[in-house]
Amino acid sequence: MKRTVPFLIASVAGFVLIIAYFIPYAEGWGESVSIWFDVLAAIAFILGGGNLLKVHIRKISRQEAGWAYSGITVAAFAITLFIGLTKFGVHPNAQFPETSSWTGQYREMGSAFWWIYQYAFVPLTATIFSLLAFYVASAAFRAFRARNTEAILLLGTAVIILLGRTFAGVFLTGWLPDEVAGLRIENLTVDIMRVFNTAGNRAIMIGIALGTASVSLKILLGVDRSYLGSGDD
Amino acid sequence: MYDLLRNLDRRWIFLLMLLAVAIPILLQSQFPEKPTGLAKAVFDEIEKLEEGDRVLLAFDFDPASAGELGPMATTFSYHCAKKKLKMYYMALWPVGPQMIDDSINNVIAKDFPEMVYGEDFVNLGFKSGGEGVIKVILTDIRQLYTTDGYGTQIDDIPMMEGVENIRQMDLIANVSAGTAGTKEWVQYAITPYPDDLRIVAGCTGVQAPLLYPYIPNQLPGLLGAIKGAAEYEELVMSKYGDADLPGIYSEARRRMGPQLIAHMLMIALIVVGNIIYFMERKKGVS
Repeated sequence: MKRTVPFLIASVAGFVLIIAYFIPYAEGWGESVSIWFDVLAAIAFILGGGNLLKVHIRKISRQEAGWAYSGITVAAFAITLFIGLTKFGVHPNAQFPETSSWTGQYREMGSAFWWIYQYAFVPLTATIFSLLAFYVASAAFRAFRARNTEAILLLGTAVIILLGRTFAGVFLTGWLPDEVAGLRIENLTVDIMRVFNTAGNRAIMIGIALGTASVSLKILLGVDRSYLGSGDD
Repeated sequence: MYDLLRNLDRRWIFLLMLLAVAIPILLQSQFPEKPTGLAKAVFDEIEKLEEGDRVLLAFDFDPASAGELGPMATTFSYHCAKKKLKMYYMALWPVGPQMIDDSINNVIAKDFPEMVYGEDFVNLGFKSGGEGVIKVILTDIRQLYTTDGYGTQIDDIPMMEGVENIRQMDLIANVSAGTAGTKEWVQYAITPYPDDLRIVAGCTGVQAPLLYPYIPNQLPGLLGAIKGAAEYEELVMSKYGDADLPGIYSEARRRMGPQLIAHMLMIALIVVGNIIYFMERKKGVS
C-alpha cells in the first residue's frame, strides 16, 4: 500500500500529462496535474526545512565534527524563519492601515527581513560566487597543462574564448581585412560556440532526451520503482 | 626564477587576481564594445515591439549571479520602459522578487516616474514549481496568480484585464541563472507554441553553451554573461541613452574592464604554468 498508492499517483499524473500534450480535449486535465505539481513544490519547501533541521540537530546532539557550523545554520534558519513569518518591522498594507503587519510586504524596505536579505544574504552569496575567480586562476596555473593533443586543443580554445570575450580580441585582430574577417578572434569565439559547442551539446541533449524518455516510461509502467524507496523505512 | 614559480604559493595568485579585478574598478577603466549578432538580435526583438505591447520579464536569478545578470536586467527594464511597453514581471526563483524590486526601484521609480503601477508595469512575484508554473500560466494565469506580488487582487489590476494566459504576451525577456530558467522557458513555453510566443534571454557564462543549441529557431537572441550584457547595454544606450544618465546604465560596460585584466592574468598563468611543465619534462621531474 505504501508503495502502490504513490506509484498509481505518479503513473496516472504522468500519463495524463502525456495525453494532454497530444489531445486538446485533455488540456484541462494536464493543467490540473500541473497545479498539483506546483502545490507539491510549495510543500517541498516545508519538507526541505524539516530535513535541514533534522540533519543539523542530530549533528549538534551527537557533537560530530563541525557541529558548531550546524549550530550557526540552525540559528540562522530559525531567526530568518521567525522574522519572515512575524513580518517584524513591516508596516500594515496601505489599503488596510488599521490591520497588523501581517497585511504588509515581508520584503518591505527597512523591515528586519529586508535587513537580513540586504546585509547578510546578498554579501554572503556574492562573496561565495566571487571566490570562483580565485580558485579558477589557481587551477589554471597548476592543472591546465598541454599534456597531449586533446589538452592542446582545449587550451587553444580556452585562450581564444578568454580573448574573444573581452576587448583584447578586437584589439589584437580587429585590423584584419574583411576578406579574412572569420579569423578575427571575436568571430572565432562566436564560431566555436555556434558550431563546435552546439554540435557537441546537441548530441548530448539528444542522448539525454532518449534516456529520459526511456526512464520515464519505466517509471510510469512500474518497471522501475526505485524512486519510491526501499519500503523498509 | 624557475624554483620560485614552481613552488609559488597560491596565495600570490589570489593576490594577483585581487589586483587584476580591483585596479580597473578603482581606475574606472572602460573599453569600447562591439555588439555581436546575438546581442543585436535581442535588441531587434524588443525594437520590433510597438508602444503598449506586452512583454513578460521573467527574472530567474539571485544575488549570487547578480554581478553578471543585474546589469542586463536593468537594461531590459530601461529598454522596455523607453519603448513604453506594458511590463509584466515574474520570478521562478524564491529571491527573484527582490531582483524585480531592484529594477523597479532603480529604473522605473527613478527615471520613469510617470509610469503607473498596475497600468504600465506589474510585479506578479514568485511562484514555486519551476516548469510547472510555466505549464499552467500558458493556459490560465489566474489558476496560479490570484494576486500580484504585493497582495493586490489580480482582477483589480487594470493591465491584467483581458490577460488570460502568457500566450498573449508579445515577447518574453528572461534573465536566467540556472534551473528553472531559459531552458525551461524554451522547452515548456516556446516549443509547444512556436507561433504564439517569442523569447530573448540573458544568462550566466556557464549556462550560455547549453543554450546555443536552441539558437536561432527557439531562441532568437541570447546575452551571454557580462560580455553579452555590455554589448546589449551599448546598443540600448547608443539609441536611448542621455549624457546625464546615472552609473547603473553603464554598469555592464564598466565590469568589462576587470574582466579584460582578469582574463589576461588567466592566460598569463596558463602560459607560465605550461613553461614550468615543459621545463620539468625536460629535466625529467615527475
